[in-house]
Amino acid sequence: MPVEQIADGRKVWQKRNRREQLTHWASWFAGVAVFVYCWQQISESTTWFFVWDAPRIAGDILTRATPPKWFYINELWEPIWDTLNIATLGTLLALCLAVPTAFLAARNTTPSTMIIRPIALLIIVSTRSINSLIWALLLIAIIGPGVFAGVLAIAIRSIGFCAKLLYEAIEEIDQKQVEAITATGASRWQVMAYGIVPQIMPAFAGVAVFRWDINIRESTVLGLVGAGGIGLQLSASLNVLAWPQVSLILIVILLAVILSEWVSAKVRGAII
Amino acid sequence: MHWAPPVSFPCPSERKENALLLSLKSLTKTYRTGDKALVSVSLDIPKGQVVALIGPSGAGKSTLIRCINRLVEPTEGQVLLDSVDITELSSSGLRRERRRMGMIFQEYALVERLTVMENVLSGRLGYVGFWRSFLRKYPQSDVDEAFRLLDRVGLLAMADKRADELSGGQRQRVGICRALIQNPSLLLVDEPTASLDPKTSRQIMRLICELCEERGLAAIINIHDVALAQMFVQRVIGLQSGSVRFDGPPTALTPDVLTEIYGEEDWQATIRKDDEEDAEAAVA
Repeated sequence: MPVEQIADGRKVWQKRNRREQLTHWASWFAGVAVFVYCWQQISESTTWFFVWDAPRIAGDILTRATPPKWFYINELWEPIWDTLNIATLGTLLALCLAVPTAFLAARNTTPSTMIIRPIALLIIVSTRSINSLIWALLLIAIIGPGVFAGVLAIAIRSIGFCAKLLYEAIEEIDQKQVEAITATGASRWQVMAYGIVPQIMPAFAGVAVFRWDINIRESTVLGLVGAGGIGLQLSASLNVLAWPQVSLILIVILLAVILSEWVSAKVRGAII
Repeated sequence: MHWAPPVSFPCPSERKENALLLSLKSLTKTYRTGDKALVSVSLDIPKGQVVALIGPSGAGKSTLIRCINRLVEPTEGQVLLDSVDITELSSSGLRRERRRMGMIFQEYALVERLTVMENVLSGRLGYVGFWRSFLRKYPQSDVDEAFRLLDRVGLLAMADKRADELSGGQRQRVGICRALIQNPSLLLVDEPTASLDPKTSRQIMRLICELCEERGLAAIINIHDVALAQMFVQRVIGLQSGSVRFDGPPTALTPDVLTEIYGEEDWQATIRKDDEEDAEAAVA
């Protein structure tokens, strides 16, 4: 117990007693020991010559990559437009599927906790656990390469994320507002439209914009596996060691991401 | 009483005072945890009567009024509203009967992100179809009535404000409008003044009782403030551990009765004395 009585009858208080103190320090010691051991293992399997050489190589690539090949931009307009479309359409499609999933998964709105809720949760977990690049690889094998595979990959990957955040928002609503609407004699759907939907609108808008923002970034790499967008140009340029093109593509991606951050910040500010 | 009913509404004396509106027959609610919230409560409430339901926290007051419109499912017993047994109804039948029971809540329970007008009109949800309500295309007669009610409670200028911009007293007035636009015969009022300051509490209680008088509504009002209840209602019911311990006029509330309901305490200061009222009348 942290509170102890000493000989003269006064009480002393410490955050931990002696035993807790020892366990505390022992845990720290064990943690540091494991870290040192792991460091050693990694160090042994590293070819240190390459690491020491790395700054020179990086400098070399940097000099080759500058200045960017500016007029190459004319070939990038279409892929960057594709990338934005993949992200936007993918997010919209994901939201259309995530909303019903979220209502089926939330404890207070699901029609059955025994059957339907576990299924909805399974959809959420399974779509979330696989990276969009892997979804893209799968979908390309099924429906062939192109923008459509990219849109689907982004959409499937986003369902779980959006549905999870939405169903948590649904579970956290103020139940009294729902009760009040129910008491007026409203039907199940009216209770949803009046009692629940207004309460989750800020969460919905926040999730939508946040996910769109993430998807812009994810869709820039989908082209690496052939699912459309600017990643295709990136992988082509990397393969032929066209460093000035690579640097321009990276700049374009950076600008696109900054733009999406700016838009999502604006939208979130406007909603809340 | 203290107010004169306007001519346009049915005068209380014209109503059949004894016509029964609501009848609870050995209503019992046992929660899944085994807590007995209500133990065989039987009550009769005639049309147009305003009843205060008093009792300590946890006595089952909220459960009682929620069992009447089945926001809480009663375990046993009957709730008869104009001889219709509410406990037997299917979900569509229940929705139809809920329209006749307006409910007013402790913390207003307005939909915070909707406007005052939308909140008032949501009282009509039981009467309009889903798409009309979803697209906010309410019949003009409903909108007219909403404006009339907002005007009556003094919030006409607030119709377009969002509910969360209003003060506590104003929100409760919106809550009252939402209950009244249902055109109910019974109001279920759950602690209407618990979140309000003393002055606003009185105003809200007065407003609720005036509106009941104007429209000939019966009301069951859960209330903690005994003195406030005595000021406004015609009948007091005392609930303790889920059963009725007192049922009578406000003047019959003696310290002994309050001890019976709430437990031992000095109750003299709490009870409103009639001679005070007489003295006030004499001064006026």
